Amino acid sequence: MKLYDIAHSRAGDKGNISTLSLIPYDENDYEMLCQKVTVENVKKHMKGIVSGEIVRYEMPNISSLLFVCQDALAGGVTTSLRIDTHGKALSYALLEMEI
Amino acid sequence: MKQKIRIGCGAGFSGDRIEPAIVLAEKGELDYLVLECLAERTIALANKRKIQDPTKGYDPLLERRIETLLPHLVKNNIRLITNMGAANPIEGAKKIIEIAQKQGLKVKIAAVSGDDVISDFRLGNDDFVKFGNEDFTLELIEKHQFPVTNNKSTIISANAYLGIEGILEALEADAQIIITGRVADPSLFLAPMIHEFGWKTDDYDLLGKGTVIGHLMECAGQITGGYFADPIKKPIENMENLGHPFADVFPEGSAVISKVEETGGIINLQTAKEQLLYEVINPNEYYTPDVIADFTSVKLEEIGKNQIKVTGGGGKTKPETYKVSVGYKAFWQGEGEISYAGSSALERAKLAGETIEKRLKSQFEEIQVDYIGQNSIFPNSELQYQNSEVRLRVATKAQTQAEATLIGEEVEALYTNGPAGGGGVRKYVNEVIGIVSVLVDRDKVKPIVAYFESL
Repeated sequence: MKLYDIAHSRAGDKGNISTLSLIPYDENDYEMLCQKVTVENVKKHMKGIVSGEIVRYEMPNISSLLFVCQDALAGGVTTSLRIDTHGKALSYALLEMEI
Repeated sequence: MKQKIRIGCGAGFSGDRIEPAIVLAEKGELDYLVLECLAERTIALANKRKIQDPTKGYDPLLERRIETLLPHLVKNNIRLITNMGAANPIEGAKKIIEIAQKQGLKVKIAAVSGDDVISDFRLGNDDFVKFGNEDFTLELIEKHQFPVTNNKSTIISANAYLGIEGILEALEADAQIIITGRVADPSLFLAPMIHEFGWKTDDYDLLGKGTVIGHLMECAGQITGGYFADPIKKPIENMENLGHPFADVFPEGSAVISKVEETGGIINLQTAKEQLLYEVINPNEYYTPDVIADFTSVKLEEIGKNQIKVTGGGGKTKPETYKVSVGYKAFWQGEGEISYAGSSALERAKLAGETIEKRLKSQFEEIQVDYIGQNSIFPNSELQYQNSEVRLRVATKAQTQAEATLIGEEVEALYTNGPAGGGGVRKYVNEVIGIVSVLVDRDKVKPIVAYFESL
């Protein structure tokens, strides 16, 4: 199944960094997401979009994960030539991931 | 001391809708209304307007927002805190006075500036240190002739993210309206909490808790279903009438976030979690000028329909430096678009894109070719689908306006020189203002507060 089926996500931007949250609809799925949605898997999935390092923060207090992706916005929000300079839609790229 | 204050957030960016703030001021039973209207680049664009006309440089929607809001604020005794001062809080304050006079209303206004580190403190090259690994920023500043920003200079703005201090001073002086330049977004909310509850400004645990609440509120509609709705998985009712949030904040640093009844949208665990993590680079250490906040101990609880209780969070000592956003003239962006549809739409769009690339690659270092409907949003990725219509977009960085114009002209020429059935050309040329960040020592910058009264 796709992450989209069991979780939601919001993209945020800071300079050339994209932040992607991953929030399961059912908090019981949090542990499973921690196991399956590893940095390695996300890196592979976001190839071509994210060129830099990815750091994953586990947030058991709200049963959510946060992926902080470096070099994800083609140089940064203000000087990128991409059509979606902020990467607002990148949350839906993450949710396309099959698990 | 009050046992509860209610703070509403009626705007989350410069271009936000006007009427949610009016609904809050009219029916929200607020103590404070915050309008957050400054994105990263907004202030640089505002400074460009100020360089051309010294009486401008505040938010372009200020007049429309204030004219409609002011009678409600005065009638319901609500204090307004807003960063609509942008590059010129003092002229913004004078404009509000002018509106109040016209409406026959008595108000005291405070303008908080001091964030414009070039004009206000004449800071120069040696005062800044690198933020992150952006060597480029220091090179940019090195080349700039401080302390002047004018039409010819590459740097057009340098604004420090100030904290609570200037707003606190204005609150203590009984200003009903506080209009600031660049202030960190959560500080707009934290200042009234400190003022009303008598929190100590070095009680970093409480400051961290208040910052969490401010962060949840600062994007207005983003916690009530905006930037959230998905008709399949996250349906939201009545989006055309989206309500903006208010927070009932309590002296021990907790809050209940809700919205005016009968407005559209929703506040639930899902919207609150998405917003808590929005634009957070490190949830253990969320830097603001007031505190380094901890988001990993925040608890969110749904206690009723459209009611989220926020408890926990914390913080440690504020940073020694202010972050400064530097706006500079980066380049001219030229763009052109053309559409293809039906059988072989993608193949024809690609032929068009390749044709443009071949013709222009000797002149431009960077050419972005997107196939909208195919790969423009998830570039270079395998996440692609077949569509019955495709729009080619070509964009480049140019040194001059004239050079940038070439892109649109080339795309337009595809009508008669390119693949079959290309239609709907649009051309754009824009000057792009880039933003980079540096750090400056705290003691080199301090807020400047000026007061104005109507009648």
